[in-house]
Amino acid sequence: MDWVNVTIQGILLGGLYALFAVGLSLVFGVMRIVNLAHGDLGILAAFIALFFVQWLGLGVLWSSLLSIVLMIGIGYVLQRGLLNFTLGTDDTRPILVTFGLSVIIQNALLMGFSADTQGLKAGGITAESIEITDRLAIGWYPLMIFIAAIIIIVALQLFLANTRMGRAFRATSDDRDAAELMGINNRHIYSLAMAIALGVVAIAGILMGIRTTFDPTQGQFNLIFAFEAVIMGGMGSLWGTLAGGMLLGVSQTLGAQAFGSEWALFTGHIVFLAVLAFRPQGFFAKTVTA
Amino acid sequence: MSGTGGLLEPAGRPAMELPKYRVVRSSKMHRYVLIASIIIVLALASVPFWGGQSMSRTLVTFFALLALGQMWNLLGGFAGLISVGQQGYLGIGAYSMWLLGDVLNIHPFICVFLAGILAVIIAFPAAPLLFRLRGGYFAIGTWVFAEVLRIIVANIPATGGGSGKTIISSATLEPDVRIYGTYWIGLVVAVGSILIVFFLLRSRLGIALTAIRDDDLAAQSSGVNVFRAKLWVYLVAAFGCGIVGAVVALNLLRIQPNAAFTVNWSAYAIFIVVIGGFGSIEGPIIGAVIYFAMLQTLSDYGELYMLLLGVLAVIMATKAPRGLWGFVEKKWDLHLFPVRRGLEIESEPKDKAPPGGEEPAGAESPAGSS
Repeated sequence: MDWVNVTIQGILLGGLYALFAVGLSLVFGVMRIVNLAHGDLGILAAFIALFFVQWLGLGVLWSSLLSIVLMIGIGYVLQRGLLNFTLGTDDTRPILVTFGLSVIIQNALLMGFSADTQGLKAGGITAESIEITDRLAIGWYPLMIFIAAIIIIVALQLFLANTRMGRAFRATSDDRDAAELMGINNRHIYSLAMAIALGVVAIAGILMGIRTTFDPTQGQFNLIFAFEAVIMGGMGSLWGTLAGGMLLGVSQTLGAQAFGSEWALFTGHIVFLAVLAFRPQGFFAKTVTA
Repeated sequence: MSGTGGLLEPAGRPAMELPKYRVVRSSKMHRYVLIASIIIVLALASVPFWGGQSMSRTLVTFFALLALGQMWNLLGGFAGLISVGQQGYLGIGAYSMWLLGDVLNIHPFICVFLAGILAVIIAFPAAPLLFRLRGGYFAIGTWVFAEVLRIIVANIPATGGGSGKTIISSATLEPDVRIYGTYWIGLVVAVGSILIVFFLLRSRLGIALTAIRDDDLAAQSSGVNVFRAKLWVYLVAAFGCGIVGAVVALNLLRIQPNAAFTVNWSAYAIFIVVIGGFGSIEGPIIGAVIYFAMLQTLSDYGELYMLLLGVLAVIMATKAPRGLWGFVEKKWDLHLFPVRRGLEIESEPKDKAPPGGEEPAGAESPAGSS
C-alpha cells in the first residue's frame, strides 16, 4: 500500500512540475527562447508574496494574487524592454541573457531575504487529507495543486485554440515573418506570451511556497524539473507536459521510497536521460525539435 | 596554397582570367605577437623565483579561470554549444585528484593530466545524448548531467559525502614543491588551453566549426560531419575543464561536492567570455583578466558582486554580443592570433589573358578576410 501511496504522491507532485513547465513550453513555442531564468522567476513570485505578507500584513491569498498580477506585468516589460532585443539571427544571445537574469534574480533575493528557507503559511488546508483506507491518504492540498494544473492547461488550450489572440500566438509560432505580414505585431505577441508564462510560473512558485519551504537558490531546480517535464512530455503539447511532469514526480517519489530520499532527484534525472536516449522526441510531441 | 582562376574555365570559351591569389594566414604583426607572448609567458614562469607562495597561489586561480574561459568559449563561442554544465567535468577533475592520488597513489602532478582523461571518459557517453537537445534545451541538459554527477559523488560514502575530503596525497607534498609545482602546472594549463583552441581553429575542424556556427544545416549539406565536429569540441572542453578542476583542487587541497559541482563555475565562464569577447581567442584572455581583477577587489561583497556581474553580462550580451574584444576587432581590424584566412591578390586580371604563365611583379594589395 505504501507504494500506491507514494505513486499517487508522485502523480500529484507532477502537477506542480507541469505548472512550472507550462510557461517554459509556451515561451519556447511562441518565440523559440528557452528562458533559463524561468525557475528563478517562479521563486521570485513566492518571495514577492512573502514580502506582501510580512511587510504589508496582507493575507496569503491577497498577497499571492498581487504577486501574480505583478509577475504578469514584469513578464510583459521584461520581454518588451529586454528580451525582444536579443531575438534575431544569433540564437545564443537569449540563452546568455536569460542565464544572466537568473544570476541577477538569485543574488538579489539572497541580498534581500538571506539564504534562509522561507514558507508561506496558508492555514489548515495544507495538513488535511482524504483518507481512503487507513494506509492510503491523499493530501487535499497536493490534490488542489494538481487540479489547478489541469484547469490552467485546459484554459490555455481553449485560449490558444479559440481566441483571436490565441490564433496570433500560433501563427507567430508557425512562421513569425508571415504572421508579421498578416498584421500581427510580433513584439507585442511575444510580450503577451511572456506575461502569461510568468503569470503561470508565479502561480506555480506560490503554490510550491505554500506546499513546502523555499529559498533563493531553489530556482535552478525548478528550471531543471520544468525542462525535464517538457522534454519527456514532448515539445508543443501541454497535455504531454503534464504527463512528463507526472512521470518525473513518480520517478522521484518512487526513487526516494526505494533508495532513500537523497536519491529522489537522481532517479528523476535518470528516467529523463533514459527517455532522451530511447524516445528523444518525448511521448506526445506535436512539433519537430527545433 | 596558391592558384589561378583559369582551372575552372569551361573549354572552348575565351577565358575570363581571375586574379592570381594566395591564401594568407598570418602577417608580420603576428611574429611580434608571438615574441611578445613568449616574453609574457617567460615572465609569468619566473614568478615563483621572486613572487613568493601567496602570489603564486593567487595566480593559479587566474590560470584556472583563463583555461575555463577558453574551454567554455570553444564550446559556446566557436561551436554554438552553450553549456551551463561544465561544472560536471570540473567536479570530476577535482575528485580525480582524490581517486587517483589518494586511492591509487599516483603522484598529484600526474593526476592533474589524468583527470582530464577521466572527464573525457565520462563525457563520451553523455555527448550523443545531450546533442539530441538544441540551443537552450541543450544548455539545461548539460546542467542535468552535471547534477547527476554531483548527486552520485555526494552520496558515495568513500568520497566523504556532502562534507567532502582533504586530498591527503597533495597536502603532504613539500609546500614549496606543491605550491610552485601547482603554479607551473597552472601556467602550462592556461597556455595549453589557448594553444589547443588556436590549433583547433586553424585545423580543418576550425573551418567546420565556423560553418556549423553560421548554419548547421547548410554545413551538414556541404559535407561537414556536424556530429563529429561537435563531439570533438565537447570532448576537448571536457578534457580542459577536468584539468582545470584538478588544478583548483590541487591549489585548495580540499574537495566538497557542492563547491566542486556548483553551477557558478559555468557562470564564471560565461561572465569571462561574454564580457571579454564571445567567439575569439583574445576575448576570454581579456575577460579572465577583468574577472580576476574584480574578484581580487570586489569579491568581499559576495552577492552584490555576483549581481553586478550578472547585470554586466546581460548588458554585454544584448548590446555588444562579441564583448570588449569585439570593439577592438571592429575598430582596428586587429586579430592577435592568426586563425583567419585572407586572400592576397598577386596579380590583377587583364582584359586579354596572355597564353603563357607570364608572371607580373606581384603588387601587394590589401588582403581580404574570410
